[in-house]
Amino acid sequence: MKFYDVTDLAVRNLRESIFRNSLTTIGISVGVASLVAMLSLGIGLQQLASRRLQKSGLFDTVVASSKRDLRNFREQREEGPPPAESPSLDEAARKKIEQLSGVVEAYPDIRFVTEVRFDDKPHLTMIAGVPFSAKNNNDAFDGMQGRFFSSEGSPEVILQKSFAEELLGVKPKLGADDTNIAALAKPLLGKELTMRYAERTASPSASTSASPLASRSTTAPGDGAAYSVVSRQQVLKIVAVTDLDPDSLRGAARARVFLPLKLVQDLHVVQSGMRDTSASDAPSYSSLSVRVASPNQVPAVEDAIKKMGFSAFSLVDATRSMRQFFAVLDALLAIFGSLALAVASIGIVNTLVMAILERRREIGIMKAIGASDADVRGLFFAEAGAMGLVGGTVGVTLGWAIGRLINFGTNIYLERQHFPPAQIWSVPLWLVLSAIAFSIVVSLLSGLYPAARAARLDPVQALRYE
Amino acid sequence: MDGVAPNSLAVRTENVCRHYQMGEAVVRAVDGISIDIRAGEFVALLGASGSGKSSLLNLVAGLDRPTSGAVIVHGNNLAALSREALAKYRLHSVGMVFQSFNLIPSMSLFENVELPMRFAEVDRRERSTLARQSLERVGLSGRLAHRPTELSGGEQQRASLARALINRPKLLLADEPTGNLDSRTGTEIMELIRSFNQSLGMTVLMVTHEQALAEKYAGRMLHLADGKLVDDIANTSSLQAPVPRGETQ
Repeated sequence: MKFYDVTDLAVRNLRESIFRNSLTTIGISVGVASLVAMLSLGIGLQQLASRRLQKSGLFDTVVASSKRDLRNFREQREEGPPPAESPSLDEAARKKIEQLSGVVEAYPDIRFVTEVRFDDKPHLTMIAGVPFSAKNNNDAFDGMQGRFFSSEGSPEVILQKSFAEELLGVKPKLGADDTNIAALAKPLLGKELTMRYAERTASPSASTSASPLASRSTTAPGDGAAYSVVSRQQVLKIVAVTDLDPDSLRGAARARVFLPLKLVQDLHVVQSGMRDTSASDAPSYSSLSVRVASPNQVPAVEDAIKKMGFSAFSLVDATRSMRQFFAVLDALLAIFGSLALAVASIGIVNTLVMAILERRREIGIMKAIGASDADVRGLFFAEAGAMGLVGGTVGVTLGWAIGRLINFGTNIYLERQHFPPAQIWSVPLWLVLSAIAFSIVVSLLSGLYPAARAARLDPVQALRYE
Repeated sequence: MDGVAPNSLAVRTENVCRHYQMGEAVVRAVDGISIDIRAGEFVALLGASGSGKSSLLNLVAGLDRPTSGAVIVHGNNLAALSREALAKYRLHSVGMVFQSFNLIPSMSLFENVELPMRFAEVDRRERSTLARQSLERVGLSGRLAHRPTELSGGEQQRASLARALINRPKLLLADEPTGNLDSRTGTEIMELIRSFNQSLGMTVLMVTHEQALAEKYAGRMLHLADGKLVDDIANTSSLQAPVPRGETQ
């Protein structure tokens, strides 16, 4: 029989027992829906985590540091010259690294502990410079109250929630964090705080907007050059309070106050633990954050930086582990989702076996007038496949709706907990097509036995059946 | 019916047996029957219930396989054919009419008649034309869209005949075709079968237990009892002149 005729007869037969076939098809739909809903949540969570980590720099960032910075010293662990003879991680090196293939930007990681005064009260904290590009690629700033820095070097500051609480004298609550970030930010936004810092200059001179408080000269041994450390202060305007922690990957060294990187560079702040014996004005960095276009290019960039004589590390291995975790999670979700489909497949077998019993005489008639075993088998296969196709399509729609509903409910919950909304559900096209194909394959497999049984029917026996 | 010369051998059975195992007992439904039927003959198989008429018909129809012996139709030994080849034989060489009509109730008359052509993979347009012509030939052109349950027994049997002839078979097998019909309708059906036999030269093998019907229409009457052929009578009084039995033995 031609494909059209098989399909036509199959659809006709399905319509004849519409109620029973609909129930079977609904069974398949529920199975496919559970599979799609589970996988869409798994994929959504994976994408959410990937986005977060990507924006946090876990995927696409290489940290380059100078071997002269002995905080990073690892005895006999790295190749190349000893620390004292290794190249300096200065502006020239930064530009060279930025020109490496695949590198989007390389910016210095500037952080220092200093005193901040607010309402005439001193607060000690770690301060970090944030590149202006973080506005778009670090989602820790997405859900903040207020706005990002107005320009690259504006005297503005973004506070992390815990530091904002400290400024207002609010004690952090134990247990679940249900801080209302909007209420916390309201009394702070637009206000000013004063940052005290140590400026490093080759020759003591008056600064532009910052005022000198005290100065100390140092003579670098060996070359007779000298530089000064001048105590200064800078007034900063609070423009935002972040709910998330933009610097969370730094662990104990993480900053709670963020300034525009350009501003920090212009202020020539002396960083703690930095070893720089040069008396020139050219800055030398403890480490650089090197952002790479795609995670695939991270190992190549890492190698290139090492060849330049610097230390380099990335968290590619950590992301690999994360991907592995999500692969296992997806597999588990798929297995649980498939259980319902497995149950539905038993329904298909039952429906088709019942159909054979009911249509025994009809099968006998068809064989008597010339239907071959293959024709009868094909007919039952087509019926199973049609139920799979319809069940799969309805199931995907249902699964999509369930996933959307869960996403909607989760976002209501997140909103009540003062978290920014998140997309924890995703139904990519490949999932839609795979789910429908899987449904058809499962249905066809379920139809194997009934179709073979129908094809084997003895026409004489079948014609006697009443 | 192309390629079948008049008076050539249409059906031959050689000591054909069909035995069934029923528990300990062996039922000999067909027990060593040897017959020759020439192309264009109208043969009636007569006998009491359980005499083996329908079993023999099923063997000739390729619906069943003999326990021993051979059934040769137009030169093909059906016992040696594969399941697939037997299906093709039923599709192209044989038309069957049953006592209970055996139309598919969920299909219209048009669809029932068209069905064998679907199995034969005939083009959709062509089969539509042929199905209409076939139903027209049996006087059912106004009933194309009706389902079998909406028709009388006579109409259903006529539709069954239209379906049996749709693939232009060489052999028409009828199993008690008037068994469920009143005498007037039965006569109508028999007249149709006779006309196909005569106008198309189609070989007809009909099972019946009505002696009068066989005498009126069949050119030859084969009497069966207990699975054996007990009598083979040329019926000179029938509406069909008996085909001369040549040197086929």
